[in-house]
Amino acid sequence: MEEIIEGKAFILGNNIDTDQIIPAQHLVYNLDDPEERKNFGRFCLSSVPPELSGLPNGHIPFIEDGECASEYQIIIAGGNFGCGSSREHAPVALNMAGVKAVVAESYARIFFRNAVNGGYLVPFETPQRLIDHIATGDRLRIDLQAGTLTNLDNGQTFSLSPLGDVAEILKAGDVFAYARTAGLY
Amino acid sequence: MGMTMTEKILAAHAGREKVAPGQNIWVNVDVLMTHDVCGPGTFGIFKKQFGPDAKVWDPEKIVLIPDHYIFTTDPHANRNLEILRTIAKEQNLKYFYDAHSPAYKGVCHVALPQEGHTRPGEILIGTDSHTCTAGAFGEFATGVGNTDAALVLGTGKIWLKVPPTMRFIFDGPPPPYLMAKDLILHIIGEIGVDGATYRAMEFAGDGVLALKVEERMTLCNMAIEAGGKNGIIEPDDITLAYVKKRTDKPFTVVKNDEDASYYSERVFKSADIQPTVARPHSPENRATARELAGTKITHAYIGSCTGGKITDMQAAARVLLGRKTAVPTFVVPATMEVARAMEHEKVDGATLKQVFESAGAQIAPPSCAACLGGPPDTFGRLNGREICISTTNRNFPGRMGSKESQVFLASPYTVAASAVRGRITDPREFL
Repeated sequence: MEEIIEGKAFILGNNIDTDQIIPAQHLVYNLDDPEERKNFGRFCLSSVPPELSGLPNGHIPFIEDGECASEYQIIIAGGNFGCGSSREHAPVALNMAGVKAVVAESYARIFFRNAVNGGYLVPFETPQRLIDHIATGDRLRIDLQAGTLTNLDNGQTFSLSPLGDVAEILKAGDVFAYARTAGLY
Repeated sequence: MGMTMTEKILAAHAGREKVAPGQNIWVNVDVLMTHDVCGPGTFGIFKKQFGPDAKVWDPEKIVLIPDHYIFTTDPHANRNLEILRTIAKEQNLKYFYDAHSPAYKGVCHVALPQEGHTRPGEILIGTDSHTCTAGAFGEFATGVGNTDAALVLGTGKIWLKVPPTMRFIFDGPPPPYLMAKDLILHIIGEIGVDGATYRAMEFAGDGVLALKVEERMTLCNMAIEAGGKNGIIEPDDITLAYVKKRTDKPFTVVKNDEDASYYSERVFKSADIQPTVARPHSPENRATARELAGTKITHAYIGSCTGGKITDMQAAARVLLGRKTAVPTFVVPATMEVARAMEHEKVDGATLKQVFESAGAQIAPPSCAACLGGPPDTFGRLNGREICISTTNRNFPGRMGSKESQVFLASPYTVAASAVRGRITDPREFL
């Protein structure tokens, strides 16, 4: 887990479900094949309704046509991010698109587990609803040690909720590394 | 203080006398289920982590059920079915219900109980969010991703945070025009799509115990739509009769301690609930069928783990008997067992299959089909600006295919009644 995460913000609303993150028709690609795996980045967030894609104005594609990586590395979202299906393809898709962190008001737990256990990205929670304070394209900096998120474009700083128990898994890298250090196998 | 059913099951599988909500524990898994969408990736991670020649922790505790993308020409989807075949052989898996073979079953959450894999008191982990369906049999059942499942494959263990239990009590048997789908849509409308996040949802009361096993499954199935970690119902004679008919394996019935403590308790009078619909694009967008009466639809869909069981087919057929559908209506029995039953179960002398066919509905072989969209050639998929009323579980943007389509969720009664009118219709008009 990186101590400092920097990148451009992409803003989404509430209840971003895993069908919006990676539509089911794209679940057919082989996760173990590096070339096929790129498709998860290509179609990441492709089912978000256009008017809600890249708030506050919307109509901003997360991925440009034909690309597999996004120019946005930090997702800022409302409540219940990642609800719906248990597909691990969802955090994989965000990871393949180049997302390092999601900062949401709250998460659906299967998505949260998948993000942490697979070590795909860091799912931060915030006590404050940030989507009203940050715009898509703003440059952000997350400081893990300080537990803060700073908008580099205007200097505003917000606090992040502590990661709690899952910090150990994220630090280890993934749940396998964590389970080994815990002596599970 | 005592423990809830969920806490007792988790404690027993962690080798502890007591657990409390919020605790992180490692538990032993009784059954791990995976399918064609997540199976290949799960075994990919398993091999990466445990070695190319690694063997699973117990080949008799893994159930491999291809069910999502079966009847498609999509080459990647068909390749994934091949991968499952290789895995099953390599790992000598006892329970592999291969696609396009006599062993094929159909939708995993309905096939699991039919094949005797759901037993009271056990822990079932599946790589599908609707694994919570099996809580209807008094077990702890929850959905996970590939990584968690791969760790189970290698070790038989998973870490879980013990969830507190929210209790939903239904007072009085539901009136004849209501189905479990109405009850659960009512609850989700009440508490919202994150109203039970990381909590157990227990369904109780004489209103719930009056329901058949399949209807109880509908309640637990949609616990995830409120963010629930698991859904669960105390086993009774109806549960035990169903389970014992399907398996000889021993199991332990677990019930709530009398002094168990709950996160919350809500009581609903079953008779007060109306035929309920969830409007696009969220299961929490609750309305009554009457409030939406007259809303034009272009498609109707009856199928999935939520609404493709035999009781769902019986209900839809009751409404469709002697009537014609006004919009394209797609019927997908969840499993082969349901499909076979549709050929001999009758309403007023006609088999369910005959009723659907005479009504002008199309019937496809069992699979998840258009519930989650799937490849473009999927039966019943919404490919444009369709407005569909469906017995399935999710109406997120693009869930059933095109993100321009709209999905209303409802009970099989309401879906069938609406199919006849071409407009959303309260089923009481036909019952």
